[in-house]
Amino acid sequence: MALSNVLQTPAAGFNFDNTARNEALKGLFEGAQAPKPLKTGTTIAGVVFKDGVVLGADTRATSSEVVADKMCAKIHYIAPNIYCCGAGTAADTEKTTELLSSNLTIFSLNSGRNPRIIMAVNILQDMLYRYHGQIGANLILGGVDCTGNHLYSVGPYGSVNQVPYLAMGSGDLAALGILEDGFKPDLELERAKELVRGAIHAGIMSDLGSGNNIDICVITRQGVDYIRPYQESEYKENRKMKYKYRPGTTPVLTEKVVPLKLEVVQESVQRMDTA
Amino acid sequence: SPEEQTPGPGWLSEEVKTGTTIIAVEFNGGVVLGSDSRVSAGETVVNRVMNKLSPLHDKIYCALSGSAADAQTIAEMVNYQLDVHSTEIGEDPQVRSAATLVKNISYKYKEELSAHLIVAGWDRRDGGQVFATLNGLLTRQPFAVGGSGSFYVYGFVDAEYHKGMSKEESQQFVINTLSLAMSRDGSSGGVAYIVTIDEHGAEEKVILGNDLPSFFDQ
Repeated sequence: MALSNVLQTPAAGFNFDNTARNEALKGLFEGAQAPKPLKTGTTIAGVVFKDGVVLGADTRATSSEVVADKMCAKIHYIAPNIYCCGAGTAADTEKTTELLSSNLTIFSLNSGRNPRIIMAVNILQDMLYRYHGQIGANLILGGVDCTGNHLYSVGPYGSVNQVPYLAMGSGDLAALGILEDGFKPDLELERAKELVRGAIHAGIMSDLGSGNNIDICVITRQGVDYIRPYQESEYKENRKMKYKYRPGTTPVLTEKVVPLKLEVVQESVQRMDTA
Repeated sequence: SPEEQTPGPGWLSEEVKTGTTIIAVEFNGGVVLGSDSRVSAGETVVNRVMNKLSPLHDKIYCALSGSAADAQTIAEMVNYQLDVHSTEIGEDPQVRSAATLVKNISYKYKEELSAHLIVAGWDRRDGGQVFATLNGLLTRQPFAVGGSGSFYVYGFVDAEYHKGMSKEESQQFVINTLSLAMSRDGSSGGVAYIVTIDEHGAEEKVILGNDLPSFFDQ
């Protein structure tokens, strides 16, 4: 069957070779724990409103208890009309969305049109299902196409949910509380942005893995408004003084110079033709 | 060896399951399918309004249970295969054909998959039919229940089912069963979706939580 995208679909049927390989690899660690992938504790949310879709995310990336990145971008570009929030293993969400985006770009060039959200969802579901949960990507896809405004979630095992409002990540329960309370069908833009902001804010306040700033992305027929950051953390401190030290601050006590004895073993000259 | 417990929320490590109640009943002239709407990942409810009744063709539906990803994928694959098949034969496919396609996948990959689909529909040849495909078997039954919630209602369905029910009686039977299972099974809940299929087509309906019949509940 001819495919309109470049993603190579492997031979028909289920292929669980990689799970067998992973089990075999576990034996290599001789009883010690296999290294754990970096996960970004996260709060991401999305809401369908009257004219399109609003996506929101926090900006904290953690490496155990240390904040590795205070301004990490969790809302990824997929297509001019489709954006995707990612939670779970950081590398997996990044690479999966990049792969999806490049595939859909080639589709757009071949067909001359913007991709539909359902196509992005199908490609993601195919890929994540094939890897049987080994790719730890929890994604919220949102966008506007000729069939309307859509919001989908795709789980790491390849399950798909289509709902008007969503939250995922370690802060999802806090965010969902705000969304369940405030969501109505056909919201106006400002109400929708405020609802998503409130949901991410609840996640930031109630979850240790989420924090720092809030990014918002509004997608409508007219275009995309990627507001980064939409709201800055109120706990951001400005550095109180300069941390540059003038030369001489640290006194030099002793100095020892050791010349390195180098011999020229071979010399070759190659003329460059710069005409 | 025991599963290593990764710290953090359940959805990071747990597979998304449709802990579920699904049921299909045959009546004279068609079938009624019913399901709850809860999708869980560990203890978290990931989707509280999922419609687990998935169309395979105009007058053939299947009810999903078990692993959400596996069940959705099987349903999509069979939907595609049935489409090709019905184009090849030039008419609407038989319910038995759809059930056989589901059974083929469930049997061949039974070690790797963890999903059970109940297939039900109407065709010109045999009228309304219900097929169970658990673990790769294929059996036609007057009614079938499945999912984690079904265990709580085996007694009820065995006692209440009788042959020769009308369409309305079958719908009420399905609604009652779902309501009882949803109130006892922690993995089932939300709203109830029912689909009635007869020679005229498929009619979908949603019954919201507070419209479900209530039984002894103290």
